[in-house]
Amino acid sequence: MAISKEEVKYIANLARLGLAEAEVEHFREQLGSILGYIDKLKKVDVSKIIPMAHVLDIKNVYRQDTVLPSIDPQKVLQNAPSREGQFFKVPKVIE
Amino acid sequence: MEYEPVIGLEVHVQLKTKTKAFCGCANEFGSKENSNICPVCLGLPGSLPVLNSQVLVSAAKVALALNGTIRNFIKFDRKNYFYPDLPKNFQISQFDMPLSEHGYMDIKVDGQAKRIAIKRVHLEEDAGKLIHPEGTACSLVDFNRAGTPLLEIVSEPDLHSPEDAYVYLSDLKLALQYIGVSDCDMEKGSLRCDANISVRPVGQIKLGTKAELKNMNSFKAVRTALEFEFKRQVKSLEAGERIVQETRLWDEKKEATFSMRSKEEAHDYRYFPEPDLPPFTFTDADIKGIRKSLPELPKERLGRFVASFGFGEKDAAVLISDKELADFFEACLKIYNEPKKIANWLIGPVLSHLKSNLSFEALHLSPENLTKIISLVEDGTVSNLAGKSILAEVVETGKPPDTIVREKNLGQVSDVDELKKIIEEVAAVNMRSVDDYAAGKENALMFLVGQVMRKSGGKANPKIARDLLAERLKKT
Repeated sequence: MAISKEEVKYIANLARLGLAEAEVEHFREQLGSILGYIDKLKKVDVSKIIPMAHVLDIKNVYRQDTVLPSIDPQKVLQNAPSREGQFFKVPKVIE
Repeated sequence: MEYEPVIGLEVHVQLKTKTKAFCGCANEFGSKENSNICPVCLGLPGSLPVLNSQVLVSAAKVALALNGTIRNFIKFDRKNYFYPDLPKNFQISQFDMPLSEHGYMDIKVDGQAKRIAIKRVHLEEDAGKLIHPEGTACSLVDFNRAGTPLLEIVSEPDLHSPEDAYVYLSDLKLALQYIGVSDCDMEKGSLRCDANISVRPVGQIKLGTKAELKNMNSFKAVRTALEFEFKRQVKSLEAGERIVQETRLWDEKKEATFSMRSKEEAHDYRYFPEPDLPPFTFTDADIKGIRKSLPELPKERLGRFVASFGFGEKDAAVLISDKELADFFEACLKIYNEPKKIANWLIGPVLSHLKSNLSFEALHLSPENLTKIISLVEDGTVSNLAGKSILAEVVETGKPPDTIVREKNLGQVSDVDELKKIIEEVAAVNMRSVDDYAAGKENALMFLVGQVMRKSGGKANPKIARDLLAERLKKT
């Protein structure tokens, strides 16, 4: 299936990726060929198959509701580009 | 043309577990910022979420209390979007296989019974908290809340007035508090509500274009916002305009809704199954066990109070409207088996003390104290009025009622000789009333009883005083 440049740009924006014009064309071709392969898969009759929810055959893996130590905020914040007190600081966002 | 509103509510409730949904960090409100965080809730590379078993049990309890069916097989999905309060850049949620569907809640609005269908109840995780300091170009992020278990309860558009919405929310909150899975404190954000509202001419089946309302901080605000939005949409339609599908924010101060006017890019969350969590199953026996563990719910308690104690529905509704109040009532009953008397004291004087949203504990009020006061009044030791002032004193100081009676000398005077003395004094200075009574004016007696009460400082036993007075006046 062919995919348009606009669609590539839209997907890149959703993933917060900045693409140069040449890259858009490059990914348009790559994504197109991936989608072409999906088109092939779509021809398989799956009407009697239950969609898979997980790749491993496991279920019901729980944890007890018991508090475990958190990590030291200073250790986490040392990786933050910007901080104020014990807060992470980001450019202003307001809805 | 007459219009009606069509309203659907989306309620988010934080579950009150000890730990977060997928990691062992404390699920706690009010901790120092970023102190309850770990690689899992921060989404650091290589970390893996593991579901808290209590989360699933609590959620299933709510789903069953809301009459929903529980899916035997559930899975989690990723909802992908970027926002600074979402450290993983996706939220673990549920998309096509939610925990529960097809629930309902029966409510009563102005005496009319209505069944509100509940489309789905699903589990997800909360995001972190953003603070926007005024006058700065930055926002501050606290991830303590990130990963807190959140239950989303979505109603069908079955609500047809702002009052319907208010009653539905109140009943829902009460049920959640009875089940004991959430504080439901809107101020702390443990319960949040968004509302979808559209209008249509009465009689039309097709739905109008809806607006989504956000930023209401109380149930009352939800009601007022819906009232405003209903009028706004009707006005718009009558002016020949079209309703725009959009998100509108409620402004509490201006008492109006305002369009968010953001670019409103069509949300594209690209849900896909969460590969880091396995699916979960419920057997019929599991569901039966959880159903059995449900406590008595508000509606059931209301029915029991009406049936067992002969209360009117209105009084019973007041008693059950707060779980603590209803529990207190039943604790009193164990000590002093006079349901109606206890109910009258609770609904009247006690509730007026509780008004400012205090707890019984803050009021120093125990079932022992209250029943003691009631029995002092009932056996004639103190007057009804004195009983109320004892209650006020208990609330104020926490002293035992007996001590207060002694200290304030509140005991009623029932001694015949002492009362007779007071009566003679009163009669001596109120000769005209004495004559009036002799002339057949019954009212004069009540006036004289009042004078006796006054002279005794309110402590005369009114019944005995009245009998003695009537006897004394016959002699003249």
